[in-house]
Amino acid sequence: MTDVQQHTPSIHLSGEEPRVLPNGEREFFFDVSTSDLEVNMGPQHPATHGVMRVLLRTDGELVTGAQPHLGYLHRCAEKIGENVEWLQYLPYTDRYDYLAAMNNNLGYSLAVESLMPDLEIPRRATLLRTICAELNRIASHLIAYGTYGLDIGAFTPFFYAFREREWIQALFEKICGARLTYSFIRIGGVFNDAPPGWLKEVAAFCDVFEEKWREYYDLLVTNHIFVMRTKDIGVISAEMAYDFGLTGPMLRGSGVDFDLRRDLPYMAYKEIWDAGAFRIPVGRGAQGTLGDCWDRFDVRVQEMMESIKIIRYCLEVIEEGEVIGDVPKVIKVPAGESYVGIENPRGELGHYVHSDGGKVAVRCRVRAPSFVNLAVLEDLMPGTLLADSVAIIGSTDIVVGETDR
Amino acid sequence: MSILAITLSAGSLLSGAAATELQGPVMGTPGAGGNFLTRLLEWLGPPQAVPTWAIALTSVLLGVAILVTMVSLIAMWSVWMERKVSGHMQCRFGPMYAGGWHGWAQTIADGVKLLLKEDLIPKGADRALFWIAPAIVLAGIFGALAALPLSYDWYFARMDLGVFTILALGSTTTIGVVMAGWASNSKWSLYGAMREAAQVIAYEIPLGISLLCPLMTLGTFSLIDASREQATLFGWDCGLGWAVFTNPFNIAAFVIFWIAALAETKRAPFDLPEAESELVAGFMTEYSGIRWSFFFMEEYAAMFLMSVVGAVFFFGGFETPLTALMRASGSDGTLLYSLVCFGTLVLKGFAGVFLMMWLRWTLPRVRIDQVMTMGYKYLTPLALLCVLLTATWEFARHLVMG
Repeated sequence: MTDVQQHTPSIHLSGEEPRVLPNGEREFFFDVSTSDLEVNMGPQHPATHGVMRVLLRTDGELVTGAQPHLGYLHRCAEKIGENVEWLQYLPYTDRYDYLAAMNNNLGYSLAVESLMPDLEIPRRATLLRTICAELNRIASHLIAYGTYGLDIGAFTPFFYAFREREWIQALFEKICGARLTYSFIRIGGVFNDAPPGWLKEVAAFCDVFEEKWREYYDLLVTNHIFVMRTKDIGVISAEMAYDFGLTGPMLRGSGVDFDLRRDLPYMAYKEIWDAGAFRIPVGRGAQGTLGDCWDRFDVRVQEMMESIKIIRYCLEVIEEGEVIGDVPKVIKVPAGESYVGIENPRGELGHYVHSDGGKVAVRCRVRAPSFVNLAVLEDLMPGTLLADSVAIIGSTDIVVGETDR
Repeated sequence: MSILAITLSAGSLLSGAAATELQGPVMGTPGAGGNFLTRLLEWLGPPQAVPTWAIALTSVLLGVAILVTMVSLIAMWSVWMERKVSGHMQCRFGPMYAGGWHGWAQTIADGVKLLLKEDLIPKGADRALFWIAPAIVLAGIFGALAALPLSYDWYFARMDLGVFTILALGSTTTIGVVMAGWASNSKWSLYGAMREAAQVIAYEIPLGISLLCPLMTLGTFSLIDASREQATLFGWDCGLGWAVFTNPFNIAAFVIFWIAALAETKRAPFDLPEAESELVAGFMTEYSGIRWSFFFMEEYAAMFLMSVVGAVFFFGGFETPLTALMRASGSDGTLLYSLVCFGTLVLKGFAGVFLMMWLRWTLPRVRIDQVMTMGYKYLTPLALLCVLLTATWEFARHLVMG
């Protein structure tokens, strides 16, 4: 408000000579000075999905500038990684992207395992990991789906999304006892075997989810108002996506066919891809320009279905067996350094781990997809309306716990 | 604070209802005609013994008391209904504990909580405007509700231009909203206020024009007469001669009216002034406690009011086959008949409120430029076209049927 009061628009004749129009009328010139309104979206704002602040410059409803500020949730995760033992660091990975904790566990475990050539991961463990990671991807995309609906103003899809997410969380609770921060996938395999009947329950979930997915699609993705609100908004071209280093649905929404599960396969994904069990949804520009908010959203919704296919494949081929390799209680990782990137729901989650052969990492660096994807906001938001800026922030699907770590 | 609002609403009531009533006989002819306040006063004592000013004052105070009760009841019931409706649409139950049966007392508990909350005025706010804004919002809706007949012989004022009074007084709430947004010393509130102003100006036009269609069909501006007109379908007193049945263009007019009414009452998909995910809470961001609840009450009362106006001019008002049956059996004029008419109107009103809730919990929010485009570019011309077609239809009907 102070800004408004300080720069009250002053309207007076500029003193310039009036211009005579062809029809004889005279056109006067006025000095009109207005100023942009600077407004803090956040740190406490419903649209920022956590404790993030976007400093907006607005001219009425028009956004003329945006600058994201972060760090409100900084918890020194990487530094902690240099001070605790390998296995002790695992629970901290849960907490960067708390919506996809299984995937974070997986990324860290794979990075550490890549330094341990003697360690053999049992096949059942690999498949259980895949099932959990994909279930967690669905859960995470369900949140993305629901909260994006909230951002656009539709409340009900959020609850529908949570209904299925609740089921996934119940499944996770059965297998590892936790609902949000699992620490289930660990160095060498997984913590324990699935309880009896768990895999059948997962299959039942897949059956129901396929039906419900159709409902989601009709309710929001193809809703006319929703499409009107999201098409041609926040367009990221393929070049721009490359330049910003975007990954995950943000990149695929721009029509770039890149997915680490296929292009740098880890675990059993090569086998699953070769079996033709899943495809990689890519933005098609079906409702407006390629790379707009709708495309990114559509990619996420489609990916849920692909994850179901992957889970079904794993359920078919999974056999009884060990679930954790030969890992000592206190892990000593051979000296070396390694970077492993995996396909998280939000993009490439990379772990760079450096060991000197001891019980503690020398360096544990995390490449967080939300952090990298966030950078694009500053370029996307100017020139849009205030409501569009909310739609754009929502479409990047950031988790602030991960941007700040 | 509340006293201020009630004084203001009393003022609006005085100008809106009591003044028009005073033009007619305040004491009325006993029994026939006369509004129910006058009749109530008669029951208290012989009119000759009481001075006129006392009767006028008592009448106004009684009217205010009834209106305040009415608005509170509408708001309480609607809030509970909204919670249950949204709950059941979202795979949950809504409130279940307060009061026992399905959380019926939840709104009362909330009201008490709001009354007891700290009265916060943000630093740097324009205190006077901040104080008066919720009162103006509430006063506008009180005034508009005063023009609403509750039954054929239950009304505060028999107004020949009832619908115009309602639209005029109902739209004054916008002033309060803009005041609230400006006075709050918050940028989000300011956005909300400006959106509200732009939106209401854009949608007043199609709202008024679309209402002209049934007004032409029915040939009256009075809500009571409009209901009475809709009793007969092609000369047959069946209670189903509703405007939407007698003229097909009224259906289109109703759709336009309904969209405009949603925008007028700030309901989704046109809840841009509040726009929770964009503007935190829009013009209400800085309000809390009982002051905030005034905006809330206004919203629900306005929803009910718009639904009732729609019900009266498009869907037969008090008329259903039941009322026709009662007339045929000669029980019109009785208390039961009045009650049935009242119940019919309330039911139709809340059916509209339910429709608004249904839409709110289904649709995403539109953007401000889309709201403006829709109002000015589509709804206004379409409403004008509807008027033209309705007029042609009515003209043809009069030619054919004489």
